Amino acid sequence: MREVAFDDVVNAVKNMIITTATNLPEDTYDALKEAMEKEKSPVAQEVIRQLLENADIARNEKRPLCQDTGLAVFFVKVGADVKIVGGLLKDAINKGTELGYTEGYLRASTCEPFSRANLKDTVGYNLPAIIHFDIVEGDKIEIEYAAKGGGSENVSRARVLPPAAGKEGVIEFVKECISDAGGNPCPPITVGIGIGGTFEKAAISSKHALFRDLETTNPDPEMDALEKTILEEVNNLGIGAMGMGGTKTALAVHIESNPCHIASLPVSVNVQCHSSRHTHITI
Amino acid sequence: MAEYHLKTPLTEEDTKALKAGDVVYLSGVIYTARDAAHKRLVDLIEAGEELPFDLEGSVIYFVGPTPPKPGDPIGSAGPTTSYRMDSYSPTMLKNGSRGMIGKGKRNQAVKDACVEYGGIYFGATGGAGALLGKKIKSAEVIAYPELGPEAVRRIEVEEFPVTVINDTYGNDLYQMGREMYEVHA
Repeated sequence: MREVAFDDVVNAVKNMIITTATNLPEDTYDALKEAMEKEKSPVAQEVIRQLLENADIARNEKRPLCQDTGLAVFFVKVGADVKIVGGLLKDAINKGTELGYTEGYLRASTCEPFSRANLKDTVGYNLPAIIHFDIVEGDKIEIEYAAKGGGSENVSRARVLPPAAGKEGVIEFVKECISDAGGNPCPPITVGIGIGGTFEKAAISSKHALFRDLETTNPDPEMDALEKTILEEVNNLGIGAMGMGGTKTALAVHIESNPCHIASLPVSVNVQCHSSRHTHITI
Repeated sequence: MAEYHLKTPLTEEDTKALKAGDVVYLSGVIYTARDAAHKRLVDLIEAGEELPFDLEGSVIYFVGPTPPKPGDPIGSAGPTTSYRMDSYSPTMLKNGSRGMIGKGKRNQAVKDACVEYGGIYFGATGGAGALLGKKIKSAEVIAYPELGPEAVRRIEVEEFPVTVINDTYGNDLYQMGREMYEVHA
């Protein structure tokens, strides 16, 4: 059984949070650059130019890319042969999150649902983190992290369709979500789609789909084709960067699919803004 | 699509000249407020009490910045989604405010209030918080410090880049832009 110190996890998570807030991942930067070159609207082109300039300033001057530094979302794969010494893995991730947000001068965006009170004074700074655990073979801990902003989360939706709705039903549902959202989620967006499973499995899959690098393709040929079809349909909506009209509403569409109940076709759409701050580490 | 360089506070003459799609660089004092602050400001207006700043010609920026690093006036400061202010904005415009900066579409009541009271809804680039934060030269919390990032700040901006979304003639850049690039099957 491999042993990992509690504080090593805390420091790794803290550093990951601080770095991710100011560094737009290369896949997203490249995708925005390509979108600017292909965009037909001069207004939308100027928006994307500002986003690239913003990414350069953020990286060079270590300033947060966006004032919405998100809720911290983690997908964690824990090897069956690794043990944390000195505390629980969950507590280490939360402690790293709190330190990352405070030491990085990032915004505390967590609040109580009804009183809207900021949890800074009661629970912690931007805590609790949203953590999805999985247990896998081996003696490593793989941590995927994203800083998830509110604007794009607000337009996300899940629905359980009748099986007869099929692919067409899924395409229509996604188009409806993105069309209604307009410029609110800060396009050019990434569209994460979870298909199948149960209601909550579809939602979690749509979140995890957003963690995939933008230049990758779906290994399942059927889903790969569906991603391309939906991307074209979404871009045909004409929403464009920041909703000001244009040909590049989405940078990518990512699908994760699961087997589902014979009576159901769950589908979930989770939207990611252009500031797709995601990274992963292996401890 | 014209380009303007305007100083705040804005006059009726300033706002009447602007059309949806115009690019404007704003300089001078503007005020920050999000949902919670708007609720308090509108409550004060309705109670006939004094506001923490002069609304006449004012521009309100919908933003909740990150904490400043030592030596900086403010952290990253891009716009938040504006629809959450829709129920308050007409009252603000009716009482003298002339501009709003945010992102995302507004409801018909806000668009109508822009026409009736000569107000403008400007869009700033969402997610360009580092770039926009650098256009802010000073920042001071003037009301509701307990709201943290949502407190009302008096900020001084220099050549702050915005685009006219809703003008005083009822035009909407979001509708116009989308109609121009939508591909019908």
